[in-house]
Amino acid sequence: MQQQQLIPHLFRTEYQKIVAVLSKLFGFEHIEAAEDIASDTFLLATETWGIKGLPENPTAWLYTVSKNKAKDYLKHNNIFSQKIAQEIKRSSSEAHEIEIDLSKENILDSQLQMMFAICHPAISGEAQIGLSLRILCGFGIEEIADAFLSNKETINKRLFRAKEKLRTENVKIEFPKSTETKERLQSVLTTLYLLFNEGYYSQSQNTTLRKDLCFEAMRLTHLLTENEQTNQPSVNALLSLICFHASRFEARINQNGEIVLYEDQDTNLWNAELIKKGEYYLNRSSKGNELSKYHLEAAIAYWHTFKTDTKGKWENILQLYNKLLQIEYSPIAALNRTYALSKANGKEEAIIEAEKLKLDNNHLYHSLLADLYTNIDNNKALYHLQQALSLAKSKAEKTIISNKIAAFK
Amino acid sequence: MKDFLLVFRSDNPVPLQLSPDEMQARLKLWMDWIGGIAAQNKLVDRGNRLSPTGKVLRKEKVVTDGPYTETKEFIGGYTIIKADSYDEAVELSKGCPILKFNGNVEVREILPM
Repeated sequence: MQQQQLIPHLFRTEYQKIVAVLSKLFGFEHIEAAEDIASDTFLLATETWGIKGLPENPTAWLYTVSKNKAKDYLKHNNIFSQKIAQEIKRSSSEAHEIEIDLSKENILDSQLQMMFAICHPAISGEAQIGLSLRILCGFGIEEIADAFLSNKETINKRLFRAKEKLRTENVKIEFPKSTETKERLQSVLTTLYLLFNEGYYSQSQNTTLRKDLCFEAMRLTHLLTENEQTNQPSVNALLSLICFHASRFEARINQNGEIVLYEDQDTNLWNAELIKKGEYYLNRSSKGNELSKYHLEAAIAYWHTFKTDTKGKWENILQLYNKLLQIEYSPIAALNRTYALSKANGKEEAIIEAEKLKLDNNHLYHSLLADLYTNIDNNKALYHLQQALSLAKSKAEKTIISNKIAAFK
Repeated sequence: MKDFLLVFRSDNPVPLQLSPDEMQARLKLWMDWIGGIAAQNKLVDRGNRLSPTGKVLRKEKVVTDGPYTETKEFIGGYTIIKADSYDEAVELSKGCPILKFNGNVEVREILPM
Protein backbone atom coordinates (compact mmCIF):
# COMPACT_ATOMS: atom_id res chain seq x y z
CA MET A 1 0.00 0.00 0.00
CA GLN A 2 1.24 3.44 -0.88
CA GLN A 3 1.03 4.93 2.59
CA GLN A 4 2.94 2.07 4.17
CA GLN A 5 5.89 3.01 2.01
CA LEU A 6 5.52 6.71 2.41
CA ILE A 7 5.71 7.06 6.17
CA PRO A 8 9.07 5.39 6.97
CA HIS A 9 10.77 7.58 4.40
CA LEU A 10 9.07 10.65 5.79
CA PHE A 11 9.76 9.75 9.39
CA ARG A 12 13.47 9.67 8.94
CA THR A 13 13.74 12.78 6.79
CA GLU A 14 11.29 14.96 8.61
CA TYR A 15 11.85 13.67 12.15
CA GLN A 16 15.34 15.08 12.40
CA LYS A 17 14.31 18.36 10.83
CA ILE A 18 11.47 18.85 13.29
CA VAL A 19 13.58 17.75 16.28
CA ALA A 20 16.41 20.09 15.26
CA VAL A 21 14.15 23.13 14.94
CA LEU A 22 12.22 22.44 18.13
CA SER A 23 15.35 21.60 20.14
CA LYS A 24 16.91 24.84 19.05
CA LEU A 25 13.78 26.63 20.18
CA PHE A 26 13.37 24.83 23.51
CA GLY A 27 17.06 24.50 24.28
CA PHE A 28 19.10 21.31 24.56
CA GLU A 29 17.84 20.65 28.10
CA HIS A 30 14.40 19.99 26.64
CA ILE A 31 15.49 17.84 23.75
CA GLU A 32 13.33 14.95 24.92
CA ALA A 33 10.28 17.16 24.62
CA ALA A 34 11.25 17.91 21.04
CA GLU A 35 11.71 14.19 20.33
CA ASP A 36 8.39 13.34 21.98
CA ILE A 37 6.53 15.94 19.97
CA ALA A 38 8.06 14.63 16.75
CA SER A 39 7.26 11.02 17.69
CA ASP A 40 3.69 11.93 18.69
CA THR A 41 3.25 13.68 15.38
CA PHE A 42 4.22 10.57 13.47
CA LEU A 43 2.08 8.38 15.68
CA LEU A 44 -0.88 10.60 14.91
CA ALA A 45 0.00 10.50 11.22
CA THR A 46 0.06 6.71 11.26
CA GLU A 47 -3.33 6.56 12.98
CA THR A 48 -5.04 9.32 11.02
CA TRP A 49 -3.70 8.53 7.58
CA GLY A 50 -4.47 4.90 8.10
CA ILE A 51 -8.15 5.77 8.40
CA LYS A 52 -8.54 8.91 6.30
CA GLY A 53 -5.86 8.25 3.70
CA LEU A 54 -2.84 10.37 2.80
CA PRO A 55 -3.25 14.14 2.97
CA GLU A 56 -2.49 16.12 -0.16
CA ASN A 57 0.74 17.46 1.24
CA PRO A 58 2.01 15.02 3.87
CA THR A 59 5.05 17.12 4.82
CA ALA A 60 2.98 20.25 5.41
CA TRP A 61 0.57 18.16 7.48
CA LEU A 62 3.42 16.94 9.66
CA TYR A 63 4.81 20.45 10.12
CA THR A 64 1.40 21.88 11.02
CA VAL A 65 0.67 19.19 13.58
CA SER A 66 4.12 19.39 15.17
CA LYS A 67 3.90 23.17 15.34
CA ASN A 68 0.57 22.92 17.13
CA LYS A 69 1.86 20.32 19.54
CA ALA A 70 4.91 22.49 20.22
CA LYS A 71 2.76 25.53 20.95
CA ASP A 72 0.61 23.46 23.30
CA TYR A 73 3.74 22.24 25.05
CA LEU A 74 5.08 25.75 25.45
CA LYS A 75 1.78 27.00 26.86
CA HIS A 76 1.77 24.33 29.52
CA ASN A 77 5.36 24.69 30.55
CA ASN A 78 7.51 27.27 32.24
CA ILE A 79 9.96 27.53 29.44
CA PHE A 80 7.40 29.64 27.63
CA SER A 81 8.06 32.59 29.85
CA GLN A 82 11.77 32.02 30.11
CA LYS A 83 12.85 31.54 26.58
CA ILE A 84 10.09 32.26 24.18
CA ALA A 85 8.83 35.46 25.72
CA GLN A 86 11.71 37.22 24.06
CA GLU A 87 10.52 35.92 20.73
CA ILE A 88 7.09 37.39 21.36
CA LYS A 89 8.51 40.84 21.96
CA ARG A 90 10.27 40.70 18.63
CA SER A 91 7.27 39.61 16.61
CA SER A 92 4.04 41.52 16.09
CA SER A 93 2.54 42.95 19.28
CA GLU A 94 -0.88 41.45 18.57
CA ALA A 95 0.21 37.89 18.27
CA HIS A 96 0.25 35.75 21.38
CA GLU A 97 1.43 32.79 19.40
CA ILE A 98 5.03 32.10 18.55
CA GLU A 99 5.90 31.24 15.02
CA ILE A 100 7.77 27.99 14.78
CA ASP A 101 10.02 28.48 11.83
CA LEU A 102 10.12 25.40 9.63
CA SER A 103 11.55 27.22 6.64
CA LYS A 104 14.32 25.59 4.62
CA GLU A 105 16.88 27.99 5.96
CA ASN A 106 16.04 27.53 9.60
CA ILE A 107 15.90 23.78 9.15
CA LEU A 108 19.41 23.80 7.67
CA ASP A 109 20.79 26.08 10.37
CA SER A 110 19.15 24.11 13.17
CA GLN A 111 20.50 20.82 11.85
CA LEU A 112 24.02 22.21 11.57
CA GLN A 113 23.88 23.66 15.05
CA MET A 114 22.54 20.38 16.37
CA MET A 115 25.50 18.62 14.73
CA PHE A 116 27.91 20.76 16.71
CA ALA A 117 25.99 20.12 19.91
CA ILE A 118 26.00 16.35 19.43
CA CYS A 119 29.50 15.88 18.03
CA HIS A 120 30.93 17.30 21.19
CA PRO A 121 34.24 16.15 22.71
CA ALA A 122 32.57 15.84 26.11
CA ILE A 123 31.02 12.50 25.12
CA SER A 124 32.61 9.40 23.60
CA GLY A 125 32.89 8.81 19.87
CA GLU A 126 30.44 5.94 20.11
CA ALA A 127 27.94 8.13 21.90
CA GLN A 128 28.36 10.85 19.29
CA ILE A 129 27.57 8.43 16.49
CA GLY A 130 24.65 6.95 18.42
CA LEU A 131 23.14 10.36 19.09
CA SER A 132 23.81 11.43 15.51
CA LEU A 133 21.97 8.43 14.18
CA ARG A 134 19.05 9.01 16.52
CA ILE A 135 18.67 12.77 16.38
CA LEU A 136 20.39 13.86 13.17
CA CYS A 137 19.34 10.92 11.06
CA GLY A 138 16.08 9.82 12.66
CA PHE A 139 17.09 6.18 13.10
CA GLY A 140 15.18 3.95 15.49
CA ILE A 141 16.87 2.39 18.53
CA GLU A 142 16.63 -1.08 17.01
CA GLU A 143 18.25 0.08 13.79
CA ILE A 144 21.09 1.65 15.74
CA ALA A 145 21.50 -1.54 17.77
CA ASP A 146 21.66 -3.51 14.53
CA ALA A 147 24.27 -1.19 13.06
CA PHE A 148 26.46 -1.50 16.15
CA LEU A 149 25.76 -5.22 16.51
CA SER A 150 24.49 -4.37 19.99
CA ASN A 151 21.12 -4.50 21.76
CA LYS A 152 18.38 -1.99 22.56
CA GLU A 153 19.19 -1.71 26.27
CA THR A 154 22.83 -0.87 25.64
CA ILE A 155 21.98 1.72 23.03
CA ASN A 156 19.26 3.32 25.14
CA LYS A 157 21.65 3.58 28.08
CA ARG A 158 24.36 5.03 25.91
CA LEU A 159 22.10 7.69 24.44
CA PHE A 160 20.57 8.55 27.80
CA ARG A 161 23.97 9.01 29.44
CA ALA A 162 25.22 11.03 26.50
CA LYS A 163 22.32 13.45 26.69
CA GLU A 164 22.81 13.77 30.45
CA LYS A 165 26.48 14.57 29.97
CA LEU A 166 25.73 17.18 27.34
CA ARG A 167 23.20 18.71 29.69
CA THR A 168 25.63 18.94 32.59
CA GLU A 169 28.20 20.43 30.24
CA ASN A 170 25.55 23.01 29.36
CA VAL A 171 26.00 22.43 25.67
CA LYS A 172 24.07 24.86 23.52
CA ILE A 173 22.56 24.30 20.11
CA GLU A 174 24.41 27.04 18.30
CA PHE A 175 27.22 27.68 15.87
CA PRO A 176 30.67 27.86 17.49
CA LYS A 177 32.47 31.21 17.47
CA SER A 178 34.28 31.71 14.19
CA THR A 179 37.64 31.39 15.97
CA GLU A 180 36.61 27.99 17.36
CA THR A 181 35.03 26.61 14.21
CA LYS A 182 38.06 24.73 12.98
CA GLU A 183 38.58 22.98 16.30
CA ARG A 184 34.92 22.10 16.84
CA LEU A 185 34.71 20.87 13.26
CA GLN A 186 37.33 18.25 14.11
CA SER A 187 34.90 16.41 16.36
CA VAL A 188 32.10 16.70 13.85
CA LEU A 189 34.22 15.40 10.97
CA THR A 190 35.57 12.52 13.05
CA THR A 191 32.04 11.45 13.90
CA LEU A 192 30.87 11.70 10.30
CA TYR A 193 33.92 9.74 9.15
CA LEU A 194 33.23 7.03 11.73
CA LEU A 195 29.57 7.03 10.75
CA PHE A 196 30.51 6.39 7.14
CA ASN A 197 32.89 3.62 8.16
CA GLU A 198 30.14 1.99 10.20
CA GLY A 199 28.07 1.71 7.09
CA TYR A 200 30.89 0.79 4.75
CA TYR A 201 32.68 -1.82 6.84
CA SER A 202 29.91 -2.93 9.14
CA GLN A 203 29.53 -6.64 9.72
CA SER A 204 25.79 -6.20 9.93
CA GLN A 205 23.96 -8.27 7.35
CA ASN A 206 21.47 -5.53 6.73
CA THR A 207 22.78 -4.08 3.47
CA THR A 208 20.01 -1.51 3.14
CA LEU A 209 20.77 -0.17 6.58
CA ARG A 210 24.46 0.04 5.86
CA LYS A 211 23.85 1.94 2.64
CA ASP A 212 21.61 4.30 4.59
CA LEU A 213 24.41 4.95 7.09
CA CYS A 214 26.79 5.81 4.27
CA PHE A 215 24.20 8.01 2.64
CA GLU A 216 23.48 9.83 5.91
CA ALA A 217 27.19 10.48 6.47
CA MET A 218 27.35 11.92 2.97
CA ARG A 219 24.23 14.01 3.46
CA LEU A 220 25.37 15.48 6.78
CA THR A 221 28.84 16.28 5.43
CA HIS A 222 27.20 17.94 2.47
CA LEU A 223 25.08 20.05 4.82
CA LEU A 224 28.30 21.49 6.21
CA THR A 225 29.33 22.65 2.76
CA GLU A 226 26.10 24.65 2.44
CA ASN A 227 27.04 27.04 5.21
CA GLU A 228 29.78 29.60 4.74
CA GLN A 229 31.23 29.22 8.23
CA THR A 230 31.51 25.45 8.02
CA ASN A 231 32.35 25.11 4.33
CA GLN A 232 36.05 24.49 4.98
CA PRO A 233 38.67 22.63 2.93
CA SER A 234 38.76 19.63 5.28
CA VAL A 235 34.97 19.28 5.00
CA ASN A 236 35.19 19.18 1.23
CA ALA A 237 38.04 16.69 1.50
CA LEU A 238 35.96 14.39 3.70
CA LEU A 239 33.01 14.64 1.34
CA SER A 240 35.29 13.81 -1.59
CA LEU A 241 36.65 10.80 0.26
CA ILE A 242 33.15 9.59 1.10
CA CYS A 243 32.01 9.94 -2.51
CA PHE A 244 34.98 7.98 -3.85
CA HIS A 245 34.48 5.11 -1.40
CA ALA A 246 30.71 5.08 -1.87
CA SER A 247 31.21 4.83 -5.65
CA ARG A 248 32.37 1.25 -5.16
CA PHE A 249 29.59 0.18 -2.79
CA GLU A 250 27.75 -1.91 -5.40
CA ALA A 251 30.92 -3.61 -6.60
CA ARG A 252 32.13 -4.54 -3.12
CA ILE A 253 29.51 -7.13 -2.30
CA ASN A 254 28.40 -9.85 -4.70
CA GLN A 255 24.97 -11.50 -4.85
CA ASN A 256 25.99 -13.99 -2.18
CA GLY A 257 26.82 -11.22 0.27
CA GLU A 258 30.53 -11.96 -0.06
CA ILE A 259 33.16 -9.22 -0.16
CA VAL A 260 34.73 -8.64 -3.54
CA LEU A 261 38.27 -7.33 -3.26
CA TYR A 262 39.30 -4.24 -5.19
CA GLU A 263 41.42 -6.16 -7.72
CA ASP A 264 38.46 -8.37 -8.55
CA GLN A 265 35.78 -5.71 -8.73
CA ASP A 266 33.79 -5.10 -11.89
CA THR A 267 34.46 -1.45 -12.73
CA ASN A 268 31.14 -1.30 -14.55
CA LEU A 269 29.54 -1.44 -11.13
CA TRP A 270 31.47 1.61 -9.98
CA ASN A 271 29.20 4.64 -9.77
CA ALA A 272 30.59 7.16 -12.26
CA GLU A 273 28.47 9.98 -10.92
CA LEU A 274 29.84 9.57 -7.40
CA ILE A 275 33.37 9.48 -8.77
CA LYS A 276 32.71 12.78 -10.55
CA LYS A 277 31.34 14.24 -7.32
CA GLY A 278 34.44 13.04 -5.52
CA GLU A 279 36.64 14.85 -8.01
CA TYR A 280 34.54 17.97 -7.72
CA TYR A 281 34.86 18.13 -3.94
CA LEU A 282 38.54 17.19 -4.10
CA ASN A 283 39.06 20.27 -6.24
CA ARG A 284 37.15 22.44 -3.82
CA SER A 285 39.16 21.09 -0.92
CA SER A 286 42.42 22.28 -2.48
CA LYS A 287 41.65 25.93 -1.72
CA GLY A 288 43.71 27.29 1.12
CA ASN A 289 46.72 25.97 2.99
CA GLU A 290 45.17 23.19 4.96
CA LEU A 291 46.38 19.63 4.48
CA SER A 292 44.33 17.36 6.71
CA LYS A 293 44.32 13.58 6.84
CA TYR A 294 41.08 13.77 4.89
CA HIS A 295 42.88 15.52 2.03
CA LEU A 296 45.43 12.75 1.89
CA GLU A 297 42.86 9.97 2.11
CA ALA A 298 40.74 11.62 -0.55
CA ALA A 299 43.76 11.89 -2.84
CA ILE A 300 44.55 8.22 -2.27
CA ALA A 301 40.93 7.32 -3.00
CA TYR A 302 41.17 9.41 -6.17
CA TRP A 303 44.09 7.30 -7.40
CA HIS A 304 42.08 4.18 -6.71
CA THR A 305 39.45 5.28 -9.19
CA PHE A 306 41.97 4.24 -11.85
CA LYS A 307 41.98 0.47 -11.87
CA THR A 308 45.00 0.03 -14.16
CA ASP A 309 48.25 -0.70 -12.41
CA THR A 310 50.76 1.95 -13.32
CA LYS A 311 53.96 2.63 -11.42
CA GLY A 312 53.02 6.30 -11.26
CA LYS A 313 49.74 5.48 -9.57
CA TRP A 314 51.38 3.42 -6.85
CA GLU A 315 54.30 5.80 -6.34
CA ASN A 316 51.80 8.59 -5.77
CA ILE A 317 49.77 6.46 -3.37
CA LEU A 318 52.94 5.45 -1.51
CA GLN A 319 54.00 9.06 -0.97
CA LEU A 320 50.49 9.99 0.15
CA TYR A 321 50.58 7.21 2.74
CA ASN A 322 54.06 8.33 3.84
CA LYS A 323 52.55 11.75 4.59
CA LEU A 324 49.37 10.35 6.11
CA LEU A 325 51.28 8.20 8.59
CA GLN A 326 53.20 11.24 9.73
CA ILE A 327 49.96 13.08 10.49
CA GLU A 328 48.27 10.13 12.12
CA TYR A 329 49.40 6.56 12.52
CA SER A 330 46.96 3.68 12.09
CA PRO A 331 47.65 -0.02 11.49
CA ILE A 332 45.47 0.02 8.39
CA ALA A 333 47.40 2.95 6.90
CA ALA A 334 50.67 1.16 7.70
CA LEU A 335 49.48 -1.99 5.93
CA ASN A 336 48.11 -0.12 2.93
CA ARG A 337 51.34 1.85 2.70
CA THR A 338 53.32 -1.37 2.61
CA TYR A 339 51.10 -2.74 -0.15
CA ALA A 340 51.62 0.45 -2.17
CA LEU A 341 55.36 0.15 -1.56
CA SER A 342 55.36 -3.37 -2.93
CA LYS A 343 53.83 -2.07 -6.15
CA ALA A 344 56.11 0.95 -6.39
CA ASN A 345 59.44 -0.37 -5.05
CA GLY A 346 59.05 -4.11 -5.52
CA LYS A 347 58.08 -7.08 -3.37
CA GLU A 348 61.50 -7.75 -1.87
CA GLU A 349 61.75 -4.34 -0.26
CA ALA A 350 58.10 -4.55 0.79
CA ILE A 351 58.69 -7.84 2.58
CA ILE A 352 61.49 -6.29 4.60
CA GLU A 353 59.28 -3.31 5.47
CA ALA A 354 56.31 -5.55 6.27
CA GLU A 355 58.27 -7.76 8.65
CA LYS A 356 59.19 -4.64 10.64
CA LEU A 357 55.54 -3.83 11.30
CA LYS A 358 55.06 -6.81 13.63
CA LEU A 359 51.26 -6.50 13.70
CA ASP A 360 51.03 -10.18 14.61
CA ASN A 361 47.51 -10.08 16.02
CA ASN A 362 46.05 -8.46 12.95
CA HIS A 363 44.64 -10.83 10.35
CA LEU A 364 45.06 -8.23 7.61
CA TYR A 365 48.78 -8.11 8.43
CA HIS A 366 49.09 -11.82 7.79
CA SER A 367 47.02 -11.53 4.62
CA LEU A 368 49.43 -8.91 3.36
CA LEU A 369 52.50 -11.00 4.20
CA ALA A 370 50.91 -14.00 2.51
CA ASP A 371 50.32 -11.90 -0.58
CA LEU A 372 53.91 -10.62 -0.58
CA TYR A 373 55.48 -14.04 -0.03
CA THR A 374 53.43 -15.68 -2.79
CA ASN A 375 55.80 -17.02 -5.45
CA ILE A 376 58.77 -15.93 -3.40
CA ASP A 377 58.39 -18.30 -0.44
CA ASN A 378 55.13 -20.22 -0.69
CA ASN A 379 55.66 -22.00 2.63
CA LYS A 380 55.69 -18.67 4.42
CA ALA A 381 52.76 -17.50 2.34
CA LEU A 382 50.70 -20.49 3.42
CA TYR A 383 51.75 -20.05 7.04
CA HIS A 384 50.56 -16.46 7.06
CA LEU A 385 47.29 -17.38 5.38
CA GLN A 386 46.63 -19.88 8.15
CA GLN A 387 47.44 -17.25 10.77
CA ALA A 388 45.07 -14.87 9.02
CA LEU A 389 42.32 -17.46 8.98
CA SER A 390 42.59 -18.11 12.71
CA LEU A 391 42.49 -14.38 13.47
CA ALA A 392 39.77 -13.32 11.04
CA LYS A 393 36.45 -12.61 12.66
CA SER A 394 33.81 -12.24 9.99
CA LYS A 395 32.45 -15.04 7.86
CA ALA A 396 33.04 -13.04 4.70
CA GLU A 397 36.71 -12.57 5.44
CA LYS A 398 37.20 -16.20 6.47
CA THR A 399 35.72 -17.24 3.13
CA ILE A 400 38.17 -15.13 1.16
CA ILE A 401 41.15 -16.47 3.11
CA SER A 402 39.96 -20.09 2.85
CA ASN A 403 39.66 -19.69 -0.89
CA LYS A 404 43.22 -18.44 -1.07
CA ILE A 405 44.46 -21.37 0.98
CA ALA A 406 42.62 -23.76 -1.29
CA ALA A 407 44.28 -22.18 -4.31
CA PHE A 408 47.65 -23.20 -2.89
CA LYS A 409 46.84 -26.87 -2.71
CA MET B 1 59.42 3.78 24.94
CA LYS B 2 62.07 6.47 24.83
CA ASP B 3 62.60 9.34 22.46
CA PHE B 4 65.76 9.60 20.42
CA LEU B 5 67.17 12.56 18.54
CA LEU B 6 68.75 11.77 15.21
CA VAL B 7 71.21 14.39 14.00
CA PHE B 8 72.19 14.27 10.35
CA ARG B 9 75.65 15.42 9.35
CA SER B 10 77.08 15.51 5.90
CA ASP B 11 80.46 16.09 4.33
CA ASN B 12 78.75 17.53 1.29
CA PRO B 13 75.98 19.67 2.68
CA VAL B 14 75.06 21.16 -0.66
CA PRO B 15 74.83 18.48 -3.29
CA LEU B 16 76.01 20.18 -6.46
CA GLN B 17 75.35 19.16 -9.98
CA LEU B 18 72.49 16.82 -9.34
CA SER B 19 69.92 16.54 -12.08
CA PRO B 20 66.29 17.08 -11.17
CA ASP B 21 65.68 13.35 -11.53
CA GLU B 22 68.58 12.54 -9.21
CA MET B 23 67.31 15.04 -6.67
CA GLN B 24 63.83 13.55 -6.86
CA ALA B 25 65.29 10.09 -6.40
CA ARG B 26 67.12 11.23 -3.26
CA LEU B 27 63.95 12.92 -2.00
CA LYS B 28 62.07 9.66 -2.46
CA LEU B 29 64.68 7.84 -0.39
CA TRP B 30 64.16 10.27 2.48
CA MET B 31 60.36 10.19 2.24
CA ASP B 32 60.29 6.39 2.08
CA TRP B 33 62.66 6.10 5.04
CA ILE B 34 60.66 8.50 7.22
CA GLY B 35 57.45 6.86 6.00
CA GLY B 36 58.84 3.49 7.00
CA ILE B 37 59.50 4.70 10.54
CA ALA B 38 56.04 6.27 10.70
CA ALA B 39 54.54 2.97 9.50
CA GLN B 40 56.12 1.25 12.50
CA ASN B 41 54.55 3.92 14.68
CA LYS B 42 58.02 4.99 15.81
CA LEU B 43 58.08 8.54 14.45
CA VAL B 44 57.72 11.32 17.00
CA ASP B 45 58.67 14.34 14.90
CA ARG B 46 59.59 14.28 11.23
CA GLY B 47 61.94 17.13 12.01
CA ASN B 48 63.40 19.54 9.51
CA ARG B 49 66.43 20.54 7.55
CA LEU B 50 68.48 23.39 8.93
CA SER B 51 69.48 26.54 7.12
CA PRO B 52 73.11 26.32 5.96
CA THR B 53 73.95 29.72 7.50
CA GLY B 54 74.02 30.76 11.11
CA LYS B 55 76.21 31.91 13.98
CA VAL B 56 77.95 30.20 16.82
CA LEU B 57 77.96 31.83 20.24
CA ARG B 58 80.82 31.15 22.57
CA LYS B 59 81.77 32.46 26.02
CA GLU B 60 82.83 36.09 26.45
CA LYS B 61 80.21 36.93 23.85
CA VAL B 62 82.49 36.19 20.95
CA VAL B 63 80.20 35.56 18.05
CA THR B 64 81.68 33.89 15.07
CA ASP B 65 80.20 33.20 11.72
CA GLY B 66 79.37 29.60 11.43
CA PRO B 67 78.65 26.80 11.14
CA TYR B 68 81.42 26.34 8.66
CA THR B 69 79.98 24.34 5.87
CA GLU B 70 83.39 23.03 4.88
CA THR B 71 83.91 21.16 8.12
CA LYS B 72 82.76 17.61 8.48
CA GLU B 73 80.59 18.43 11.47
CA PHE B 74 77.99 20.37 9.54
CA ILE B 75 74.50 19.52 10.79
CA GLY B 76 71.97 19.33 8.01
CA GLY B 77 68.85 18.36 9.87
CA TYR B 78 67.20 16.33 12.61
CA THR B 79 64.39 13.90 13.30
CA ILE B 80 62.93 12.50 16.52
CA ILE B 81 61.93 8.85 16.79
CA LYS B 82 60.89 6.57 19.61
CA ALA B 83 62.06 3.09 20.48
CA ASP B 84 62.25 0.63 23.36
CA SER B 85 66.02 0.64 23.44
CA TYR B 86 69.05 2.42 22.09
CA ASP B 87 69.85 -0.56 19.92
CA GLU B 88 66.42 -0.40 18.37
CA ALA B 89 66.87 3.32 17.67
CA VAL B 90 70.16 2.54 15.94
CA GLU B 91 68.46 -0.17 13.91
CA LEU B 92 65.81 2.30 12.74
CA SER B 93 68.52 4.79 11.78
CA LYS B 94 70.36 2.33 9.56
CA GLY B 95 67.97 3.03 6.70
CA CYS B 96 68.80 6.73 6.65
CA PRO B 97 69.67 7.82 3.08
CA ILE B 98 72.44 10.14 4.29
CA LEU B 99 74.54 7.06 4.97
CA LYS B 100 74.65 6.45 1.23
CA PHE B 101 75.93 9.96 0.52
CA ASN B 102 78.97 10.65 2.70
CA GLY B 103 77.05 11.48 5.81
CA ASN B 104 76.40 10.15 9.26
CA VAL B 105 73.63 9.90 11.80
CA GLU B 106 74.21 10.62 15.45
CA VAL B 107 71.71 8.86 17.70
CA ARG B 108 71.13 10.40 21.12
CA GLU B 109 68.61 9.42 23.74
CA ILE B 110 66.44 12.30 24.88
CA LEU B 111 66.29 12.48 28.67
CA PRO B 112 62.99 13.98 29.78
CA MET B 113 63.10 16.36 32.75
